[in-house]
Amino acid sequence: KSTLVVAEHNNETLNPLTLNTITAAKKIGGDVTVLVAGTKCGPASEAVAKVEGVTKVLVAENAAFKGFTPESLTPLVLAAQSQFKFTHILAGASAFGKNVLPRIAAKLDVSPISEIIDVKSEDTFVRTIYAGNAILTLKSKDPVKVITVRGTNFPPAATSGGNGAVEQAPAGDYASSLSEFVSQELTKSDRPELTGAKVIISGGRGLKSGDNFKLLYDLADKFGAAVGASRAAVDAGYVPNDLQIGQTGKIVAPELYVAVGISGAIQHLAGMKDSKTIVAINKDPEAPIFQVADIGLVADLFKAVPELTGKL
Amino acid sequence: MISLLFNSVATPFWKWQRCGKYNLWTPNHPLSFLTISAVARKKMARVLVGVKRVIDYAVKVRVKPEKNGVVTQGVKHSMNPFDEIAVEEAVKMKEKKLASEVIAVSVGPTQSQEVIRTALAMGADRGVHVEVPAAEYDLLQPIHVSKILAKLALDEKADLVILGKQAIDDDANQTAQMTAAVLDWPQGTFCNKVEKTDAGLTIAREIDGGLETIKTKLPAVLSADLRLNTPRYATLPNIMKAKKKPLKKVTPKDLGVDTTPRIEIISVEDPPVRQAGAVVADVDALVAKLKAGGHI
Repeated sequence: KSTLVVAEHNNETLNPLTLNTITAAKKIGGDVTVLVAGTKCGPASEAVAKVEGVTKVLVAENAAFKGFTPESLTPLVLAAQSQFKFTHILAGASAFGKNVLPRIAAKLDVSPISEIIDVKSEDTFVRTIYAGNAILTLKSKDPVKVITVRGTNFPPAATSGGNGAVEQAPAGDYASSLSEFVSQELTKSDRPELTGAKVIISGGRGLKSGDNFKLLYDLADKFGAAVGASRAAVDAGYVPNDLQIGQTGKIVAPELYVAVGISGAIQHLAGMKDSKTIVAINKDPEAPIFQVADIGLVADLFKAVPELTGKL
Repeated sequence: MISLLFNSVATPFWKWQRCGKYNLWTPNHPLSFLTISAVARKKMARVLVGVKRVIDYAVKVRVKPEKNGVVTQGVKHSMNPFDEIAVEEAVKMKEKKLASEVIAVSVGPTQSQEVIRTALAMGADRGVHVEVPAAEYDLLQPIHVSKILAKLALDEKADLVILGKQAIDDDANQTAQMTAAVLDWPQGTFCNKVEKTDAGLTIAREIDGGLETIKTKLPAVLSADLRLNTPRYATLPNIMKAKKKPLKKVTPKDLGVDTTPRIEIISVEDPPVRQAGAVVADVDALVAKLKAGGHI
């Protein structure tokens, strides 16, 4: 057994999700090789080499990997696969991993396994279907398992203590004329990343406007929390898309999740019901969010939230 | 717009030269879009959209007592919501004269034809039903569907394939990426905005940190994210018209696609139930609970 983890990074730093993915790789067993492909990814590859449990780091520096397009990364992973014959290829279930891994799987003619939440054995994995309303355990019959990993279900691997050997990935002409990365417009925030945050304050349609999210930012400041949103709030244009939590947005599992003005559609619950403690503030006592909340407060959020912020 | 078009066609050619105060071929002329569409026609794309029949998003699914799947009998089904967005995008392209024809494809048992009819009622021109019997359908995976779609894209000479980013039943989020791989076409996944340019497409994509812009060549495969557009409702007259639109039936075998299962289902179970906790009376009680839980 040997696993290739496709690292997600911005050349400088490693996305923490890669650490959760390395833990999943260790649970499968065997050697763990991490592929770091980028334009000038020295710092990221050095960070990976120190991660506990990493046997080897394959580094590929090439202008072709600007923007980490699947059209350029796929032939690189295929070249590494043909050289090292990994039994498993993993990446985090992020926008990056979800974009790239299925392309690799199709080229290898295997059926990828999306967003696993547990590893039962080297060929048997657990994942959720129907927005988390059913748990599927499946056995893969394919010779190579191509898998994305839900970060919240695997603890991060330690960022020190490892001593992975750094090698060059197979060289090749990976430039693709099919697509071209142009730019990223990232939402700037001093707050923690949603998927890694210990506390999340989340708002829904009940906030009534984007301006009213200020109430949540003030509350979040008290906790050093991230701010998230339901699909309804994103669709209404209150906040940008990257704040969306749910079946089709981000999956989170913080220590504390405070849902404000969120009714609790199953699609939203799918993204947050693994949170350790859930607090719901909603004026509708019948809102489904109260069925999963550990602590519920039936109240007008426009009064309750400022009062709560004041008392912390 | 349509009546304008017919009027102009009915106008004798010699009169075109002096249509009111404008010359038809000047950019200021109210009919100047005709010249643009005449130029664009050469480049108009044929669009293939994938539509999947899934349990309706509002239904609370139940796991079967045998723990091998979920109850589908007698449960409301509809088109996968992301596929509605894909169809809308394709139909809009047709309305903007960027697409010449929209073909809706569904893979699955006989009932899959329902969602093809919905797509036709939304404005797709014709349908292709790739029939897979219900017994085999349970183990049909995106790898199989992507090969089917890729073959159809080539057979139908499609320039663009638009799919939903994920189906709300298996939540796999794979088919568009894999279809692009099989065809060796570029992939524009999680589309927030798609613009046709002379060279191909400019796409804004939803990514974890915000938005990203890429350019792709054509042909290409796209996957629709939630905010690409708001799908229209099929009107009754259009539903009636859709019944007369052509629908072709084929099998994976006809297309030369092997559907041998790649996975074995070990079990399908209920998720752990989360017990509802206490409702507190006021903010003070909430603060006390948060303190007790060690959160503050």
